[in-house]
Amino acid sequence: MTEEPHDADGGPTGDDRAGADGADPQREHSTYDQARWSQDGVYEPLLAEKDSTTVEIGGDGEQGEEGEEGEAAGGPLPDDLTRDSLELPGLAEPSVARHYVRLSEMNYGVESGPFPLGSCTMKYNPKFTEDLARRPAAAVHPDRSDRTVQGVLGVMHGLQDYLARIGGMDAVTLQPPAGAAGEFTGIHIARAYHEANGEERTEVVVPESAHGTNFATAAMVGFDVVELPSDEDGRVDLDALRAAVGDDTAALMLTNPNTLGLFERDIEAIADIVHDAGGLLYYDGANLNALLGRARPGDMGFDVMHYNVHKTFATPHGGGGPGAGPVGVTDELAPFLPTPHVTKAPDREGGDYELAEPEHSIGKVHGFHGNWPVCLKAYAYIARLGDEGLRDTSAKAVLNANYLASRIDYEVPYGPFHHEFVASAGDADAADVAKRMLDYGVHPPTTKWPETVDEALMTEPTEIESKDSLDNLAAAFDAVAAEDEATVAAAPKRTAARRIDQVAAARSPRLSWHDLD
Amino acid sequence: MTRNTDGTPYAPHTDAETAAMLDAVGVDSEAALFDIPEGVAFDDAFDIPARSEQAVRREVGRTLDRTDDLTEFLGRGHYAHYVPSLVDDIARRQEFLTSYTQYQPEVAQGFLQALFEYQSMLVELTGLDVANCSMYDAASAIGEAATLSQRVRSVSGDRVLVPENLREGKRATLEQYARGPDLTVDSYPTDGGIADVDGLAERLDGDVAMVYAETPTVCGAIEENLGAIGDLATDHDALSVLGSDPVALALLERPADVGADVVVGEADVLGVGTTYGMGLGLFVTREEFIRQVPGRLVGAAEDATDRRAYTLTLQTREQHIRKERATSNICTNQAWLALRAAVHAALLGPDGLADLAEECVRLPRDLAARLTEVSGLQAPVHDRHHLREFQVRTDQPARAVASDLESEGYAVHVVGEHRLQVCVTDANADAVDGFVAAMAEVA
Repeated sequence: MTEEPHDADGGPTGDDRAGADGADPQREHSTYDQARWSQDGVYEPLLAEKDSTTVEIGGDGEQGEEGEEGEAAGGPLPDDLTRDSLELPGLAEPSVARHYVRLSEMNYGVESGPFPLGSCTMKYNPKFTEDLARRPAAAVHPDRSDRTVQGVLGVMHGLQDYLARIGGMDAVTLQPPAGAAGEFTGIHIARAYHEANGEERTEVVVPESAHGTNFATAAMVGFDVVELPSDEDGRVDLDALRAAVGDDTAALMLTNPNTLGLFERDIEAIADIVHDAGGLLYYDGANLNALLGRARPGDMGFDVMHYNVHKTFATPHGGGGPGAGPVGVTDELAPFLPTPHVTKAPDREGGDYELAEPEHSIGKVHGFHGNWPVCLKAYAYIARLGDEGLRDTSAKAVLNANYLASRIDYEVPYGPFHHEFVASAGDADAADVAKRMLDYGVHPPTTKWPETVDEALMTEPTEIESKDSLDNLAAAFDAVAAEDEATVAAAPKRTAARRIDQVAAARSPRLSWHDLD
Repeated sequence: MTRNTDGTPYAPHTDAETAAMLDAVGVDSEAALFDIPEGVAFDDAFDIPARSEQAVRREVGRTLDRTDDLTEFLGRGHYAHYVPSLVDDIARRQEFLTSYTQYQPEVAQGFLQALFEYQSMLVELTGLDVANCSMYDAASAIGEAATLSQRVRSVSGDRVLVPENLREGKRATLEQYARGPDLTVDSYPTDGGIADVDGLAERLDGDVAMVYAETPTVCGAIEENLGAIGDLATDHDALSVLGSDPVALALLERPADVGADVVVGEADVLGVGTTYGMGLGLFVTREEFIRQVPGRLVGAAEDATDRRAYTLTLQTREQHIRKERATSNICTNQAWLALRAAVHAALLGPDGLADLAEECVRLPRDLAARLTEVSGLQAPVHDRHHLREFQVRTDQPARAVASDLESEGYAVHVVGEHRLQVCVTDANADAVDGFVAAMAEVA
């Protein structure tokens, strides 16, 4: 069989690359040919297809006499404590290097091009923070005594302080290793707080447009989830909220701006309703980038919040993690924070900082201290930006979203939005639109969510895109909008792999190379 | 060009571009774009001064340098092995470092394949069928295993059994996960650093949903009763959960051969190094639980040209689809560390991995033999085979010995009034002579 040419939708040169196949955008969209390694009917072969080596473990190997115990045969353990053999790829370093470099070429990152994945805040990750995280003085064991890790505790305390100021909170823990872990921590704090007050509250209220993690977290902590319908304008419906809260309400979990990018203008009334019912207000920090230096959850009446430092504070997303999900609380909730907590102890012999157990601590949410290297990067980023930089970040993030929305042909039903907007692909399938956008050198938006918008294209360009880049991104949107259904449905054509059949993959799962024919 | 000199250095807008964009949107200032009621608007300052990149590097570097430069003989769940330079070089490529969860698999084949290979290596090491592409750390993975036991075990049990010497951080995290589904965390006795099988049998009853064991155990002893523990769990219809790590698994009994239903643990022993305990949680289980696994799974798929490709799969288990009925709330995980672990494992190959594991048996054996020669010390405390670490009995109060060792430049664990724990791997083996001399000085 002949290999499918990479530029299957036209010729290798000429008009096809300049947008002549689309409408008449205000500027030409770009195209993107991702590297595509291919050999023997597969793309880059698996490590196990390049080499498979079996070694005998213990005493039954080549060195030993038959039947001899492992120890006598040269292995350090008796046979009954060891496995028999181990089969894994065994490649030389140059081959390993080439394998992974090729894989990297088949992966799109923030420095490849725009990455406007809504709710994910895919901003540029400064390099100097990586260098800092790699300093030998940062690479210490978590069981070192407090007085011998004053540098680590100093940076951690510094980040706790910065985050408290930015969120308007009184105390912050860095232990939760991700946003969802932050939610888990915060909702456990709410649970412990109510229990300490002798109250058994069984429900957590979550707006229908909230992140899936909110629902899942509340359930994991043992609460019943009460789903709150949105108002016609895409915000919390106050009457519905009044009807939903009561003596059973432990907390309302809210994202502000919400997942449509809308600020919950009635936040003060919302806080009053929840607090009057005896519940707590939880802030999901996923969209904090929109508010830096403009509004603070603490000032809005939130009692507990998490920060997504891999979103707002530019630590790399790493293909899925690690991130960090620090949790901020009011003074009233501070005694419930996880243990240990970094505190200042200026008069203490041997250092300024120590690890202490909060009085009514909920316990632990991580085996050690959380994702310390990620927290270090976040501290450095905030220090680099300072007040002016943080405030300018939200300004440019919101400007970019508004500018981009004004440039595209798709309808944006809700506004005024902030750092992100949700466009509707209308009659088109949002997932198909996204696939076609891949051919234009941009990462597509988050698709089909929130469900309050038909065929949603949830778009968050972040502050890092220039006007030129946003024009280019808009051209990609519009080029797809103008294309016929067949072209869009056949996309992508220029990426490392063509359209992948995810339904079939889930029907008969093959989750390791052992499962392949 | 006038570029945004007093704003964020990471927004590229010139003043002219900003003006043109505001004009296009139809407002006259950035402030006009914010729909924030006056009552909650923030017009104060954080009082965080902006600094140059160089200044931040200097400042943070100075702060970090306040940490004492000690040679660590520390383990107990967080271990140092040498990380080859290639791992850093590959992992720092922006295509890997700056990308996110692979929601668009066609443009993320590289990371997906790396994770598929990571999963495959864990399948080989454990003998089980399904590995996810990471949990946060070993402690949260044990917690997730406990909640899994509630979904897959027919027993109405609400007790989970862990060894009495389980590290407190793991136990406390497990208890956090247990609180929601109202599980009780109970312990079973240990004997000489490993499980007391008779004691475990006495604690087992029809209400036990999960039995957790470790190899090596928290004190570095290689567990000798894995088969018996697995049998006991199975006999009581409890989920048999084993904690280990990929270096140990290259040498020790294959979990599938000793009846493990789930393997958890810390995979950051490969490719990550010392990170103040960041962690890379393993989660590997049997095929029958495939639709109950927490976290992300990468599967093989076909693309439109019928060639093999990779995609996230079985996502209906996950929070973004299933919401409150998801198997877990986990979204962001530790994928980049899984990539690092996979590159390291690929570099070692099966020989290198097995050699490293064997070295981790010999090094503590040799060190214990040398320490026990020192007057005032007896080692190892437990008459077992050890991996990486072991405990030492001290005639002097252990705390005082550890404190004096810190003055000599070494860090060890204090685990009892007269007991220390020391860990030795390829990463600190070259410091053993100095360490033994310091011990002789202070013990």
